[in-house]
Amino acid sequence: MIPIYYFLILSAVLFVMGTVGFLIKKDLITQFMCVEVMLNAANVAFIAFARSASSLNGQIIVFFIITVAAAEAAVGLAIILLVYRQKKSIKTEDSSLMKG
Amino acid sequence: MIEALIKFLCAIVWFLLLSLYLTWAERKESAVMQDRVGANRANFFGFRILGLFQPLADAIKMMTKEDFTPAFSKRFLHNLAPFLSFFFVAVTISTIPFGSHLMIGGKEFRLQVIDLNVGILFVLALLALSIYGVILSGWVSNNRWTLLGGLRGSAQLISYEVALGLSLIGIIMVFPSLKFSEIVGFQSELLFGWLPKWGVFLQPLGLIIFLMAAMAESERVPFDLPEGESEIVGFFTEYGGLKYGLYMFTDFMKVLIIACLLTTLFFGGYHVPWLYADGFHFPWGGDWLLPHGIVVLFQVIMFNLKVFFFCWLQILIRWTYPRFRYDQLMDFGWKFLIPLSLFNIAATAVLMSL
Amino acid sequence: MAVFLFILLSLTCIGSILGMILSKNQAHSALYLILAFVCTGGLFGLMSAPFIAAVQIIIYAGAIMVLFIFVIMMIDIRKGLSPERKKWILYPSLGIGLVLIIELIFILSNTLVPSKAGTIESFGSPKTLGKVLFTKYLYPFEITSVLIIAALVGAIVLVKKKEEK
Repeated sequence: MIPIYYFLILSAVLFVMGTVGFLIKKDLITQFMCVEVMLNAANVAFIAFARSASSLNGQIIVFFIITVAAAEAAVGLAIILLVYRQKKSIKTEDSSLMKG
Repeated sequence: MIEALIKFLCAIVWFLLLSLYLTWAERKESAVMQDRVGANRANFFGFRILGLFQPLADAIKMMTKEDFTPAFSKRFLHNLAPFLSFFFVAVTISTIPFGSHLMIGGKEFRLQVIDLNVGILFVLALLALSIYGVILSGWVSNNRWTLLGGLRGSAQLISYEVALGLSLIGIIMVFPSLKFSEIVGFQSELLFGWLPKWGVFLQPLGLIIFLMAAMAESERVPFDLPEGESEIVGFFTEYGGLKYGLYMFTDFMKVLIIACLLTTLFFGGYHVPWLYADGFHFPWGGDWLLPHGIVVLFQVIMFNLKVFFFCWLQILIRWTYPRFRYDQLMDFGWKFLIPLSLFNIAATAVLMSL
Repeated sequence: MAVFLFILLSLTCIGSILGMILSKNQAHSALYLILAFVCTGGLFGLMSAPFIAAVQIIIYAGAIMVLFIFVIMMIDIRKGLSPERKKWILYPSLGIGLVLIIELIFILSNTLVPSKAGTIESFGSPKTLGKVLFTKYLYPFEITSVLIIAALVGAIVLVKKKEEK
């Protein structure tokens, strides 16, 4: 059996990679993908805890996270598409004005 | 490990050979329907045998053609796209049970490569991943029309995947398991003491929805908007030679896998009516006891016969109906099939709680 | 065997996320991310969560990423791409990342629960998971459906082009 801390370290690495990617990328779509990576890192940690505590609650929470991520992706991508229609660009620095 | 590998090799060879000869069957059946002779010229030292060498000739032709990659497209991704479609459909065969157990020298071999406890979901996941072959080929060809074709194709595949998944929920409700082996096992029981308890008798509406959604997934004629070679530009227009051949081959593999799924989920899998582990027990009285090897042989032959029947049925439908228009296709999926499958789930729940 | 699979899957996962961050083309990033999600699905399978693994692949890799790729295809890539990055942001963010990972590993090493020996065979199987989901978590589950409907309607309303007056 694989020790649980392998999974926790993997989860930490994934989360940090998502954070750094979110900070250094400049376009909305890749930043959004980095957010998905961070959510996924949380999923890995939850699954590992569920296994080590022999409790299904962790897996249920992952199920809900995936569902919410689907809803979030639909709305978020719709917003990105709107931003592109307004500004003809998806760079974050191009949408720095409060007025549309 | 070795055992699983050997079983997988046997299954995949069966799968690929049958898909290869499905091209021949399609040509011959369409010829019969249109009062033609069909492909009969390919010969081997003068022997024609109904054109049975035609698939081999086709394969040689595909392989010796130029492997063309359009300018400005990424070569690696362009090569990867057809293999993605092919791979994910080919792996699906590993979940299908071909028979029950085979005893060789006191050891028990299950005639199924891998029996996952989320078998149905695994098949759906592989079908979901095979969409990327469509999207990627449309995008990577660097051509506006193939891009539109890829978008059209993937939108169709995603829409009909919803109906496909919902139509299977009825089956999961009446046979409470996601394992293929257990679903087939439930179907060996009898209804009213004489009728085999097959999925088709418990879920007739589910069968119809599954058949229509699955045919849309296989991208063949009533639903062949992704390709539509006679009217619109499809997603693999920029492909030639072996890579184009892989796309065509994947279509036939999808036909075969749909026939396997129909057989396994709705028509009792490998079960022969009234055949048990020790032989036939007819409901009108009378037994016909058979040795173990013959029973397994009967099961495998029965499975193959059912699969051939559904391949025949799909080719028949493909050569009978004209193509949908794209808005009709989307309306049919979202406004007809999905509400119908939801109704099917509700009706099944009501009938089961009675 | 399981440890070998774990190392293979996690290295592929980390490598593809690196590729996602470093590649300049958004479509390539999306493809790398799909690979990463499939690998995470495999890892869930290793952690006796087969149902969650299948859901991960069907929803994340099969639905969410298809949406991403649709949007990337609709946006003209040559226009939407950001060619030059501001360099000064790179080093502070790497520093933040370093601090974060040290902190996370420190916290995790303090909270490690000793794993109970011998989990039952059916742990994480669809049947047990479904029983918990439809008894203890019934209301959250039902509310999720409302959330999804709201997201669906919201996305359609947002993207739909208004008729010219």
